[in-house]
Amino acid sequence: MNPAPSVIVFTVGSGAGYGLLAALGVLAAFGLLPPGPGFAVASFGLALGLVTAGLASSALHLGHPERAWRAFSQWRSSWLSREAVLAAATYPPALLLAFLSASGGSGAALAALGVLTACLAAATVVCTGMIYRSLKPIHAWANRLTVPGYLIIGAATGLTLAFAVLAAFRAPAAWGAGAAALAALAGGFLHKRAYWRFLDTTSGPATPESATGLGGIGRVRLIDPPHTGRNFVMREMGFVVARKHAEVLRRIALGAGFVVPAWAVAVGLGLGGDAAPWLGAAGALSALFGALVERWLFFAEARHAAMLYYGAASA
Amino acid sequence: MTSLPDTQPAKRLGLVIDLDTCVGCHACAVNCKEWNTGGHSAPLTDLDPYGADPRGVWFNRVHSFEAGEGERGRTVHFPRSCLHCDEPACVTVCPTGASYKRAEDGIVLVNPDTCIGCKLCSWACPYGAREYDEDEGVMKKCTLCIDRIYNETLPEAERVPACVSTCPAKARHFGDLADPASAVSRLVAERGGVDLMPELGYRPVNKYLPPRPRAGLAPAGDDRSPETTLSGFLGWVDRILSR
Repeated sequence: MNPAPSVIVFTVGSGAGYGLLAALGVLAAFGLLPPGPGFAVASFGLALGLVTAGLASSALHLGHPERAWRAFSQWRSSWLSREAVLAAATYPPALLLAFLSASGGSGAALAALGVLTACLAAATVVCTGMIYRSLKPIHAWANRLTVPGYLIIGAATGLTLAFAVLAAFRAPAAWGAGAAALAALAGGFLHKRAYWRFLDTTSGPATPESATGLGGIGRVRLIDPPHTGRNFVMREMGFVVARKHAEVLRRIALGAGFVVPAWAVAVGLGLGGDAAPWLGAAGALSALFGALVERWLFFAEARHAAMLYYGAASA
Repeated sequence: MTSLPDTQPAKRLGLVIDLDTCVGCHACAVNCKEWNTGGHSAPLTDLDPYGADPRGVWFNRVHSFEAGEGERGRTVHFPRSCLHCDEPACVTVCPTGASYKRAEDGIVLVNPDTCIGCKLCSWACPYGAREYDEDEGVMKKCTLCIDRIYNETLPEAERVPACVSTCPAKARHFGDLADPASAVSRLVAERGGVDLMPELGYRPVNKYLPPRPRAGLAPAGDDRSPETTLSGFLGWVDRILSR
């Protein structure tokens, strides 16, 4: 599949933003959110900024961005529409939570808003994952590893950001966020390893024989394509990354996405003090970069069944 | 509305494509382009048509495959277009309601006024049937020539999709596949018409008729030779006729 930069930036940015937002919601639910406007502006500003930048980036992918509002209408059938609805629905409680927290609020209202915000943020990321999970022609996506992948990488990037921001404000909750970030980063590392093993050892159910209905005669291969140029389907679904490049990129994704941030968070937790926010920020930047590489591969390594008509031997 | 019709459409209009008689001339693809660039989803935009990287929207593409090995090997020309599936994921994934399946005849269409050009429907189609119009920023696809098949200004004999009307080998048939007595349904039953990629569960309406077994070749797995079943003059006649 063609790794369109707008979609990669969208899913990584909004995933990290919702991860951070969910972390802030959980902290609010337990009454651990540092009070005061400074933290609220920095943390909620960062989270909603990432989410909003991601959503804006996704609109660039559209042929008619001015009609994007129509995407709120088909939540009964479409995961993309559900994602749009939930993304919009997350704003009011998140903004209200930020406002209450900035004005020094506490108690049941803050806790309830925290739970609501965290649930909506997580549900939005589940919808993002389900968009891909529900596409049966793409074996690399239509499997049960896809949704956990979106959740764990959103959590890993969001929690690393949460650690950095909490450490910058010397909040005691930085410990919890750091420990949770380490767990999510470890989970993400293991998840990607399992995902790539799945990708390398399995292929989709469709074959050139089933795609053409000619299996009764024997093995099927393309001898003449319909045209000599590359059409939309070939450019959109026919992107292929060289195997040796994929191997290098997988190592970069694991290293930058999980190993370096885990090291930075662990050292930050150990050193504390002035070093922790810097280490947290460096870890978060590395995690975001790694997630961009991971997401690029998520597209570039995915093969589409339609390419069976253009000479692919498997899908 | 991108939810599918609650009930099975009363009619399931579609195509039956005979891979035995298709000669791979591409006339169906060309006439499709010709008709539809002025039809319901007009225009079928071409970009850089005379330049180094020509590309454009077509609803019908003809691939040529080789199937089998040795003397059983066949070259099969394979026209591919929208199959107007009973379970069209291209419709249900649409976030805006621009993609829809008609309850009256099962035809899958795109409303170009509400399509946002997110391209998700093209990802959801395993058959590669949808093509994005970069110039107009909306998705386009085969309409089964709704502007011909219901067109009362055309003589009745011409109220078939452009691809069907132009096929010189009569390899393309149009009709109602929900009616078991229709000519297309009988053809599918007689010739063992198949679904493409049935394992993905899209339940395409269009059917493909596999090439007939070649005369003189025993069906796969049948290793009886005429010599062992007939001898003498009858055996000689059998061998001659079996060639």
